[in-house]
Amino acid sequence: MTQAPPTVEAFEARPVEDTRLIEAKGPWRLAWERLRRDRVAIVCFLVIVLIVLVAVCAPLIADLVGHKPNATDQLGGLTPEGLPKGPSWSHPFGTDSLGRDIFIRVVYAARISLLAGVVASTLAIIVGAVVGLFAGYIGGMTDSFLARTMDVILSFPFLLFGIALVSIVGPSLGIVIGVIAFFSWASVGRIVRGQTISIKEKEYIEAARSLGAGDVRIMFVDVFPNLIAPVLVYLTLLIPAAIVFEATLSFLGLGVIPPTPTWGNMLAESLGFYQVAWWYVLFPAAALLITTLAFNLLGDSVRDALDPRGERLFRQ
Amino acid sequence: MSDDVLLQAARVVKRFPVSSNALFRRSREQVHAVDGVDLEVRRGETLGVVGETGCGKSTLARCLTRLYPLTDGTVVFDGHDISTLSRQALRPYRLQMQMIFQDPYSSLNPRRRVGSIIGDPFAIHRMAGGSTRKRQVQELMELVGLNPEHYNRFPAAFSGGQRQRIGVARALALRPKLIVCDEPVSALDVSIQAQILNLLNDLQRELDLTYLFIAHDLAVVRRVSDRIAVMYLGKVVELADAEELFDRPRHPYTAALLSAATDIDDEGPRERILLRGDVPSPIDPPQGCRFHTRCPKARELCATAEPPLESKAGDASSHQTACHFPVEEGEQLAGGSTAA
Amino acid sequence: MVAFLVRRLALGLVVLWVMTGVVFVMFFVAPHNVASLIAGRQATPETVALVKHRLGLDRPLLTQYLDYMWNLLHGNLGYSFYNSSPVRSLIWQRVPVTFSLALGSAFLWLAMGISAGVLAATRPRTPSDRVVTVTALFFYSMPSFLLGVIIFYLFFYRLHLAGIGWFPGNGYVAFTSSPLGWAQHLILPWFTLALVTAAVYARLTRGSMLDVLGEDYIRTARAKGLPERRVVYKHALRSALTPVVTQFGIDFGTLLGGVIIVENIFGLPGLGQQAVQSVLQQDLPVVIGTILVAAAFIVVANIIVDIVYGILDPRVRVH
Repeated sequence: MTQAPPTVEAFEARPVEDTRLIEAKGPWRLAWERLRRDRVAIVCFLVIVLIVLVAVCAPLIADLVGHKPNATDQLGGLTPEGLPKGPSWSHPFGTDSLGRDIFIRVVYAARISLLAGVVASTLAIIVGAVVGLFAGYIGGMTDSFLARTMDVILSFPFLLFGIALVSIVGPSLGIVIGVIAFFSWASVGRIVRGQTISIKEKEYIEAARSLGAGDVRIMFVDVFPNLIAPVLVYLTLLIPAAIVFEATLSFLGLGVIPPTPTWGNMLAESLGFYQVAWWYVLFPAAALLITTLAFNLLGDSVRDALDPRGERLFRQ
Repeated sequence: MSDDVLLQAARVVKRFPVSSNALFRRSREQVHAVDGVDLEVRRGETLGVVGETGCGKSTLARCLTRLYPLTDGTVVFDGHDISTLSRQALRPYRLQMQMIFQDPYSSLNPRRRVGSIIGDPFAIHRMAGGSTRKRQVQELMELVGLNPEHYNRFPAAFSGGQRQRIGVARALALRPKLIVCDEPVSALDVSIQAQILNLLNDLQRELDLTYLFIAHDLAVVRRVSDRIAVMYLGKVVELADAEELFDRPRHPYTAALLSAATDIDDEGPRERILLRGDVPSPIDPPQGCRFHTRCPKARELCATAEPPLESKAGDASSHQTACHFPVEEGEQLAGGSTAA
Repeated sequence: MVAFLVRRLALGLVVLWVMTGVVFVMFFVAPHNVASLIAGRQATPETVALVKHRLGLDRPLLTQYLDYMWNLLHGNLGYSFYNSSPVRSLIWQRVPVTFSLALGSAFLWLAMGISAGVLAATRPRTPSDRVVTVTALFFYSMPSFLLGVIIFYLFFYRLHLAGIGWFPGNGYVAFTSSPLGWAQHLILPWFTLALVTAAVYARLTRGSMLDVLGEDYIRTARAKGLPERRVVYKHALRSALTPVVTQFGIDFGTLLGGVIIVENIFGLPGLGQQAVQSVLQQDLPVVIGTILVAAAFIVVANIIVDIVYGILDPRVRVH
């Protein structure tokens, strides 16, 4: 005859003295500490801060270095044969085909890239999060319609449409930002919608309803805090994508056009001189690459910090 | 409806469509989660509802508190018919009937602080704000045995038992009359279960509460309930005072449940009654008595006529059974071989 | 299964129709004035009005739309402003180039990405895994035009300087005239397009495989004594691939973007190059035609992907 497992009666009432907590820190605190310990994340963050600082202080730097970004200098900036000059003390990154200082142009280009990247991404996130939250929570026909719309937008060829728009309206930074935002919001929306749908089924949402909470309150007080983490991760990935998109359009001549410098159009110009001016290609390319790498790595680290069960660990 | 009945449910039916796709599929199939339940909950009592997974007890609880719309039937709470009220109209009733959920790990929002969670009822119904709310929340925390200084912590900081206390505090905030406890201790360790059950007991006395207590563990139900309803496949098959049910179960299903429970009978171990087959699907419940496909006493009548829930000869009027051939005194049911 | 197919096709047609509508709105309805763009900055209002009339842009919108749809359904995409040839034949000429480029790189990136992902997932936290992860991240962060420039520089320019003329810097040779030439001209573009996307797929596959390999049924298969190779390839890979297939469907849109860039860098006379050229020349009919063809291509590709997905995972069909 096997021993029956202890039943509830076996454990008679004990005074409740066990009010100790099992974990002292909240989820945000824990994530922050994980992030802090991640050396890659710290390096990336510093790099980004540096880039932002450089971009913000561009005019100051121009004064320091003594060159303006659009100041062509046929005499001093070119070799006797009329070709770009290599890196030197006065031109740390060399000059371009019109004798302009590449260093200061790279610095000014950072402004455009960051602006495009951050503004477009933020717009996309705001629109996408609201639509996604709404669609996921409301469900039914509205949700089906919105979800399909987002899917359709996502299957548009972004670059092609961007090019088409440019063909009508003419190239400008505003268009670039608009196009990026327009195509990105749908991907944010899809993710937010997916998250909302899974959150919607949780017991604490049911609990809120049983307390008499209205839909709007539940959406913003209960669902939304759980969306912040994935949205944040996505933001760190969206920004470099936006930067690349702007660079690509400018490279094709359809984004920001010369003389305003952006890494994309500088690279386009440099292609005509790659045989004689390696610096013309290298420095804008390096700037672009370092920026996108930094954001992407940081995004990876943020994702790991917020959800340590993610890719890196082999789940038991 | 007499004055001492707090909640009265009549012929409550809840069916769910099987396929969830709104656009393309119109399915004929439905899950008969709750199929005609009559129940009343009296003021101050604890009514236990017991049954296996899938019998519809959780769905019933949500129908009674109108978290689900009813497919059919009526629910009258404290004299008011709440069967078809809109969400807006139901709001004032939310103040009076509350729910405690089963899973302490998913019934609290992990991204919100505990003080905010407990204070939610105050915020939603605009009853108290600012420091008044904080004070009341902290009082509630003390009431349920939590340290009020942990007001700003996140749920992850608390153990399972403590989280369940948070859930209790949240349910108590607006001093409801009725609390529906949906398996509140099923997810807890046995040692913690006792603490929570004692807490619920004490609170009931202090605050004059009425409980509808849902569980699948008979030992737990026996300990807390005044009366017990046994559910099977969406229907109540037996209803009686707690001790009466355990002493003299009339329905074969009840008898089988009791025999399978761990040693709770003071008279020594019973032989285990093994039922044939599996629980039928609630999409297509058996004709006649739902239990007849597995019942050791089933006869022809059981497959054709559904037995009404009524008190049988020799039982108190409070003891009702839905069976054509209820278990007699001293009868041993041969359901199959007994367990080793 | 038939119901699923029908539904999918219907949806595809709707999407296609919406896309044509969007294009129409973009070009014919929007507040900006296409006519003045064509007429040029110096044009007087009379000239603009004349251009408008000649192009039929002053007719009521509904008439324009019906005309537009009528033409489309008859396969008439208009005539180029630049050289008056029918847009349809201009596009048709370039399709083989773009097609070769797209298919070749798709094949490459799937092969590279998936195998790298599987490799990394089956040897987690070993050096192989690290190498794959870091390399993937590197290529993933790189804008494709940048990669194109680098590849162009290293494998065309530098190699040529070194006397190795394997990879030409531009041009296209049709498969039918010389398969070797065809491949030779396409290798660098293929790799440019493929590497960035392969990185994405490597990460995706790795993550998905890691998830699947941690599942209980895999543990059971191993416990049963099945050889590891079978566990990985027969059991795990199948379910791990579903998100990859989904991604592939989405990626058709981005693929076209990549095609544009690569064709421009490597001088391939495909649709992408034409798209950019026609925009710079403001040859609107060609622009419109290219977009429509691209949109149609994407819709068809998506339908195919969905159908394949439906075959792989029957649950999808019920939805």
